[in-house]
Amino acid sequence: MFYWSLIIILLGMYSAYIFGKSRITSHSRQLEIKTASLPTYYAQYIMVWCLLPALIVYFGWIIFEDQIIQNLVLANFDFDLNPALNAGLLIAEIKNAALNDSFAEGKAIEILNAAEHYASIKYISSISFYLSILIVMILGVMFASRKLQPSFRAQQSIENYVKYFLFFCSSVAVLTTVGIVFSLLFESLRFFSDVSVVEFLFGTKWYPYIPIREGQSGSLGSFGAVPIFAGTFLIMVVAMCVATPIGLFTAIYLAEYASPRVRKIIKPLLEILAGVPTIVYGFFAFVTVAPFVKTFGQSIGIDASPTSALAAGLVMGIMIIPFISSLSDDVINSVPQSLREGSLGIGANKAETIKRVILPAALPGIVGAFLLGVSRAIGETMIVVVAAGTAPNLTANPFENVTTVTVQIVIALIGDQEFDDPRTLSAFALGLVLFVITLILNIFALRIVKKYRERYE
Amino acid sequence: MSNQFSHERIIQLRKKRSAADRRFKTYGLIATLTGMAILFFLLFTIFSKGYSSFQKTVIELDVMFDQETLKITPNATYKEQVEAKFFKVKKNAIANALPDLSKKDIKLMNKMFSINVDKEIKEYFLQNPNILNTTQKLLVTAHSDVDQMLKGNAKRNIEEKKRKLNDRQLEFFDEFVFTGRLKSKFNNFFFTNADSRHPELAGIAGSFVGSLFTLITVFLLAFPIGIGASIYLEEFAPKNKFTELIEVNIANLAAVPSIVFGLLGLGILLNVFGLPRSTPLVGGTVLALMTLPTIIIACRASLKAVPPSIKEGALAMGATKMQAVFHHQVPLALPGTLTGTIIGLAQALGETAPLIMIGMIAFIPKIPTGFTEPSAALPVQIYLWVESAERGFQEKTAAAIMMILIFLFLMNAIAVFLRSRFERKW
Repeated sequence: MFYWSLIIILLGMYSAYIFGKSRITSHSRQLEIKTASLPTYYAQYIMVWCLLPALIVYFGWIIFEDQIIQNLVLANFDFDLNPALNAGLLIAEIKNAALNDSFAEGKAIEILNAAEHYASIKYISSISFYLSILIVMILGVMFASRKLQPSFRAQQSIENYVKYFLFFCSSVAVLTTVGIVFSLLFESLRFFSDVSVVEFLFGTKWYPYIPIREGQSGSLGSFGAVPIFAGTFLIMVVAMCVATPIGLFTAIYLAEYASPRVRKIIKPLLEILAGVPTIVYGFFAFVTVAPFVKTFGQSIGIDASPTSALAAGLVMGIMIIPFISSLSDDVINSVPQSLREGSLGIGANKAETIKRVILPAALPGIVGAFLLGVSRAIGETMIVVVAAGTAPNLTANPFENVTTVTVQIVIALIGDQEFDDPRTLSAFALGLVLFVITLILNIFALRIVKKYRERYE
Repeated sequence: MSNQFSHERIIQLRKKRSAADRRFKTYGLIATLTGMAILFFLLFTIFSKGYSSFQKTVIELDVMFDQETLKITPNATYKEQVEAKFFKVKKNAIANALPDLSKKDIKLMNKMFSINVDKEIKEYFLQNPNILNTTQKLLVTAHSDVDQMLKGNAKRNIEEKKRKLNDRQLEFFDEFVFTGRLKSKFNNFFFTNADSRHPELAGIAGSFVGSLFTLITVFLLAFPIGIGASIYLEEFAPKNKFTELIEVNIANLAAVPSIVFGLLGLGILLNVFGLPRSTPLVGGTVLALMTLPTIIIACRASLKAVPPSIKEGALAMGATKMQAVFHHQVPLALPGTLTGTIIGLAQALGETAPLIMIGMIAFIPKIPTGFTEPSAALPVQIYLWVESAERGFQEKTAAAIMMILIFLFLMNAIAVFLRSRFERKW
């Protein structure tokens, strides 16, 4: 359907273009008036009016088609015959039976009838889809061709359309944010209709699969997310303990001590470290760091879990090093040279200058970099999915295994998804928390960095 | 009083201060070297674990292409040849791999070969149909357990129960090694096959094609939209609240965790728009939204770098603003934008979490052929293999990581090349 409609729309646009161009040239020749714009602009105008309605029909159709067909099929279906099935399962069964003969074997007769009904509606739908695209394209061209007069300023309207398009492009960013908020909020609200907000935010037991209220049908487990938040926090702390000193000292060394030649070698290497996909770090944590942490734990008499918070945190810290170092490097470089020279001039040596003058001056920017690093650590997924645990332990011992928000989101959404089950929906509630926290951290950090830049400009 | 500023005291103090200075510099050096050491250790781990995956173990078998077992005649049509069953031929060949095998031994022996050996024999036969009624020496793929044992990845000197190969199979193994029938060969399956449950048959072709389709989608969506947004913000946007909102949004989207984009794809693209699950189309759309900020930032920087005199010259010649921008300013900003786009695509190639959210994690044993077909992607394939318990997959994981790192390196090299080749200093 996608490829065919693409071909139809492209062909339609091409013929509209040809039509518009020949129409306006013959028109102006007949009337012996020069056109207000070049003929190609008229052709483009027709083309736009051919494309727009087709796009609207196309997207409208793919959004609503399934729903409408399902309703039509279910409206004709006698529910009394098969009361056990719910609508969602039923429609899936009908679809399978319609698309695949092997599924149809041995199904009840009413399902087979419905499947036949479904197939026929689907067939009618696909034919009328192509037809309606064709029709709206022709209607659009007819509507626009009324304007094919030599006096019509086609260039101006085309340029206006382009401007609208550019505006649309830049609002995609806003639409994306709206989409994120909408999808997270909508599903989270459904989650919170089953589980109270207070239980979710302050409960200390996360056992979605162990029912706590026995005897109830479809009884739920408990959804207290505190152990998850605590686990995320623990891993983040370990990561920042690794990343901040190494990243900051690397930045200081590169900005203040390293010769230009050394900088030229080290910087791209750090960029490589920053460009390594996080799943690769996950593999590294899994095969190298986690066994190392386990043996290290044994050697000092601690029984470390194979998926300890320490292993995941260490590797996450490595991932964040280049992030911290490049941001801090920028910040340190933007400290005005006069501060440095003043300090050196009154006899301070380099280390004293850095410790007493440059770092205090650069502190807001470094804090901003740190906060952005924290936000990345909290939102990081693949390292913890591979190397951290899944058990929601409430502990501060980094040798034990803990779980994180992102791990729980992945667990909830891998495999069968039923969107009326709080266990699936919990992913969206956790996602909402993640989004809000990282958003606050980001806005805060960006503001600090911006303020700081303004101070020295 | 005089003691405080005595000559010796000052010298002492200065020594202490310069020692602190040197110490501080050493800390910086140590931190930098630590970062580098970790990078090299990371690469070393992956390459040392992965390189063996480019070789596979094959076993030499004497295969009898017997007319009666195959139930075809020498002048059979191609169709008959294709339909012929090679299972029995394989069984006979394996039964005669070593002399005097009991029934139980044959069963054990069978487990030392890849499950698709009959297909390999068939392929060989279809290429040389005139070998009917002869016996040929064929190199067929060994089971992953044999492969791992030969490569030394599996331990030998442990209890029989903990080993994949039992004592009897190890005897066969040694016999094969002794008679030189166990050989190493270039692992073509790794590059031509899609995913498989059997490590010796699993390859990256399926996930590679899936990633390619995904990246094409990302490019087709993010490149025009990114350029459009940059042009609008740089040239046409009025200074008002909404423009400010757009700017803030772009800055924030760059820092939203990738998994949240996955939730967006799941909640909106799959559940509201009903787009097909697990497809490059949906994966590409989500990743396009993620890479958009990168592209916009690069494109705006290169638009800003074009000197205003060029645009003003066009305007002075009577061009409309749109013409001045599109005919003169944008072409000059294109190389910089392209560089930013390639870097964005490189990020998208390594992104895993959003693809898992939209279901590109299903087990797909065939190579996808379109944008709307369920498919895997390279990083997700790596994840699937990391999670797999079988030892044979561990070297596959490392090898797949090697491939993805090579692609990333190539993309970045292209970006650097473009930048140095086309960048103009005004």
